[in-house]
Amino acid sequence: MAKLKLAVYWTAACGGCDMAMLDMGERVLELDRVADIVLWPLVADFKYSDVRQMEDNAIDICLLHGAVRNEENRQMAELLRQKSRVLVALGSCACFGGIPGLANFFDRQEIFTWVYLESQSTDNAGGVCPQTSARVPEGELTLPEFFDTVLTLDQVVDVDYYIPGCPPTTEMLWQAIQTLTGDQLPPKGTVFAGSKTLCDRCTRQKEGKSITGFRRLAAVDIDLQRCFLEQGIVCCGPATRSGCGGRCLRANMPCRGCFGPTEHVRDQGARLVGAIAAMIASDHREEIEKISHLLPVPDDPAATFYRFSLPHSLLKRKRKENAS
Amino acid sequence: MPERIGVYVCHCGSNIAATVDVRQVVEQAAKWDSVVVARDYKYMCSAPGRELVIKDIRELNLTGVVVASCSPRMHEAMFRGVLEEAGLNGYLLEIANIREQCAWVSLPGAGATAKAVALTRAAVKKARLNQPIWEREIPVNQATLVVGGGIAGIQAALQVANAGYLVYLVEREPYIGGHMAQFDKTFITLDCATCILTPKLAGVERHPNIRLMTCSEVVQVDGYVGNFRVRVKTSPRYIHEASCTGCGACERACVLWDSIPAEFDEGLGRRGAVYVPFPQAVPLKARVDGKNCLYLTTGNCRRTCVTACQRGAIDFDQKETVSEIAVGSIIIATGFDVFDPGVEPRWGYGRYENVITGMQFERMSNASGPTLGKILLADGTEPRRVAVVHCVGSRSKKYHRHCSRVCCLSSLKFAHLVREKTGAEVFEFYTDLNIFGKQYDEFYHRVREEGVHFIRARGTEVTEIDGQLAVCAEDVELGVYREIPVDMVILNTALIPRHDAEKVSRLFGISRSSDGFFMESHMKLDPVTTFMNGIYLAGCCQSPKDIPDSVAQGAAAAAQALSVIARGKVSLSPVTARVTEELCSGCRICLRTCPFQAISFDQAAGTAEINEAVCKGCGCCSAACPAGAIDITHYGTGQLLAQIEGVCGNEDKD
Ligand SMILES: Cc1cc2nc3c(=O)[nH]c(=O)nc-3n(C[C@H](O)[C@H](O)[C@H](O)COP(=O)(O)OP(=O)(O)OC[C@H]3O[C@@H](n4cnc5c(N)ncnc54)[C@H](O)[C@@H]3O)c2cc1C
Ligand code: SF4
Ligand code: SF4
Ligand code: SF4
Repeated sequence: MAKLKLAVYWTAACGGCDMAMLDMGERVLELDRVADIVLWPLVADFKYSDVRQMEDNAIDICLLHGAVRNEENRQMAELLRQKSRVLVALGSCACFGGIPGLANFFDRQEIFTWVYLESQSTDNAGGVCPQTSARVPEGELTLPEFFDTVLTLDQVVDVDYYIPGCPPTTEMLWQAIQTLTGDQLPPKGTVFAGSKTLCDRCTRQKEGKSITGFRRLAAVDIDLQRCFLEQGIVCCGPATRSGCGGRCLRANMPCRGCFGPTEHVRDQGARLVGAIAAMIASDHREEIEKISHLLPVPDDPAATFYRFSLPHSLLKRKRKENAS
Repeated sequence: MPERIGVYVCHCGSNIAATVDVRQVVEQAAKWDSVVVARDYKYMCSAPGRELVIKDIRELNLTGVVVASCSPRMHEAMFRGVLEEAGLNGYLLEIANIREQCAWVSLPGAGATAKAVALTRAAVKKARLNQPIWEREIPVNQATLVVGGGIAGIQAALQVANAGYLVYLVEREPYIGGHMAQFDKTFITLDCATCILTPKLAGVERHPNIRLMTCSEVVQVDGYVGNFRVRVKTSPRYIHEASCTGCGACERACVLWDSIPAEFDEGLGRRGAVYVPFPQAVPLKARVDGKNCLYLTTGNCRRTCVTACQRGAIDFDQKETVSEIAVGSIIIATGFDVFDPGVEPRWGYGRYENVITGMQFERMSNASGPTLGKILLADGTEPRRVAVVHCVGSRSKKYHRHCSRVCCLSSLKFAHLVREKTGAEVFEFYTDLNIFGKQYDEFYHRVREEGVHFIRARGTEVTEIDGQLAVCAEDVELGVYREIPVDMVILNTALIPRHDAEKVSRLFGISRSSDGFFMESHMKLDPVTTFMNGIYLAGCCQSPKDIPDSVAQGAAAAAQALSVIARGKVSLSPVTARVTEELCSGCRICLRTCPFQAISFDQAAGTAEINEAVCKGCGCCSAACPAGAIDITHYGTGQLLAQIEGVCGNEDKD
């Protein structure tokens, strides 16, 4: 059997997914037996032109991690789509926007103003901000356009499979790679993770969700056996796809939601808000308000409920001021 | 098969057409995807309107219908029938409410029309996703539960029992009859309340189909129309009902005889710790009042009552019992409480001994009451001048906004009785005379001719001037301030929701309106049913009313229960929630969201489970489920998103 051609590429991402690939250890060598790595910036140098020169569908499997933040990301996503038979969204950024997606709570202008002009550590007397092209004595310099809105990979190109996680576990990755390099491809759209939410897998004791107060993890002596939520500690488990193996839970950390929502949910954050509201054990407006104020999130519900999935959600981004 | 949808926009006479450009809605709709016909008609609900739909369904092979008209609560059921008649499943209908939600709340013009278009487009988008679904039928239990044995509950119980079906009548007090049992005469006929009530009470007691449970309260309700399971808690009477004859020997022998204010006499008379509530009580049985009985509270008493009872009926070992009953329908007839005028000093209640409430007057005037029917002041003499104050606590911004509806009439009744019994001068301090029933106006004129003074008063205040009781008020008609010295003041207090109305409403899952009374499904067209199928309302628990109206509503509630029995089965709406087991993670968040307790947890499967027969399809659980494991049939997430898209969509784009 001819060896498969595998590509790994990153767009707006931290590189953690690459690390997760490397974390597969010797199995990377095993991978080498079934596939030739034709593109992987982390391990080998390459030029855009190398990819452009490939024939369409020349790559059998492309694992793309990262959100689509700028024009370069978009062009590479389109190019790799054109050159790949199978395109996989790897990691939470490609799948849902991930941490970079939180920038959708701001406009481009706000980001530039803060990052290049106003933040305390900035010294930018000329007030220079990124521009798509600039004239310098040597000629014209260009930069890819920085988008106003961070996009998920499948908002830009057609995606065949998804491997969520920030980062995905090496176990899952290896399983996904084995499946993708095997004889039988799963149906398009398959997510290489569980289908239920994390609570299904969580071994903590669950009795009933009825909360009279919310607490910060750091501020309480937690019961190590009992469900976090039932102790008033916000856990994103009930709205988050399982498949992670509960690594945070085992370390006594509540779920942060990196595996995104299940198949039937469009808006993980809204689901969490709905679920948590439903747990408040009171029918009296004032009492409910009092309890909600104890939620350790009022300053930043976004980071709690939409930490990994804002671009993918129905909400998508902050309201555009001039939106009609 | 591509969807083929017909859109029908109703003018509703000029109700819609005067505000919305109906033609334009039709023109827009005709352009949308899958709309094969769009028409408007003056009255879609009329026979020709309905025919139009039936004809189109048949000739154009429609797969869905959108009627843009009034609220679905008006005609949805009827239009579903229209679809069924033409051979389409009724749930392929979608109604766009362009009357209540658009025409009636908008100014005429382009804005209103654009809104009607948006609502219609939303309905079309949803209609495309509607699936045929079917109602399920389940057999019903033929027994009926009536909660509350006032006149309304009694009427309902008798009516169902006379039709041949079993009735459980649960009454909290040791006797039935409610407020009416305490009255002397009833307006406007002035018949003696007891005389007209006693035959009904006896009818209940003797009826082979009625199981009367006094000293009892419902503590738990499960199930759904046709199949309710109810737990009833019965407090001990400490009396063997079968042995007690109600002779009252125990009461007279009680060491506390004549020392405890009698509730039935509104505190004007006194009773013992064991007592027979009143001579015509049904059941005519004594009861030991556990809160006051020396033996029960301290264990120390000579128990003279036990010795006095020749039939050995007293049994201090009785315990509270809980029984479970199964019924198909429930009629709630828990009546009203009266407002406590002591909360506001200006009515003088509790400050001046000759200021009494209407209920106290009823007891005083009653021949078997504490004064044996004589109208007496605290010093035992007859009053020469009496004031009756209307609207005490009613029609007030501070206390109760509602009109108690019966007080104007009962005030006239008091005036008549005072004049008849004492010849005293009577002054009615009213704000408006809300007198509306059959022959009520005639009664008013009769009382007026009897020489009663009517003062249209504002800011009525009861006070004492130099030791003389007086009522002061602005006489609105004469435009002067008046101080009228009187000997007695009767405060006609508001009829208000029972103090435990909130608890009862939760127990049965029914709603309350803003005035606190139980809420009917439709103020005009469904004044007896509630939003809980199989639970009906009768009497003053729904809103203050007089005896004739209470009786009529009791009978109407009985008719509802009987029609459930007659059908023998009930159809359950297919619009219910479903748990997709493959998605449910067992997080248990949904469990406490259901207002109808339809959700339970299947420990073995580790998933939530919804009893579709109990589920009302309200959607609370679906909104709460973080896994997206609960969808509501007919209102699935996809259908709702399509509707939202329809409302928000662009004018020309589909
Ligand atoms: C002072 C006064 C005078 C009036 N005079 C007249 C008149 O002359 N003519 C006229 O037509 N109308 C008159 N009315 C109105 C009349 O009282 C009502 O129309 C009538 O009593 C309503 O009957 P009901 O069965 O709805 O309520 P109620 O008489 O209040 O009966 C309700 C019954 O339910 C029981 N109950 C309550 N809660 C529970 C529970 N949780 N579980 C079990 N049982 C419960 C109560 O103990 C009571 O027996 C007068 C009202 C007042 C206040
Ligand atoms: S909420 Fe968190 S802690 Fe509780 S069961 Fe779900 S995953 Fe486990
Ligand atoms: S909320 Fe959803 S996932 Fe959680 S138990 Fe209920 S149905 Fe299951
Ligand atoms: S939709 Fe859910 S919350 Fe509402 S009645 Fe049904 S089960 Fe209960």
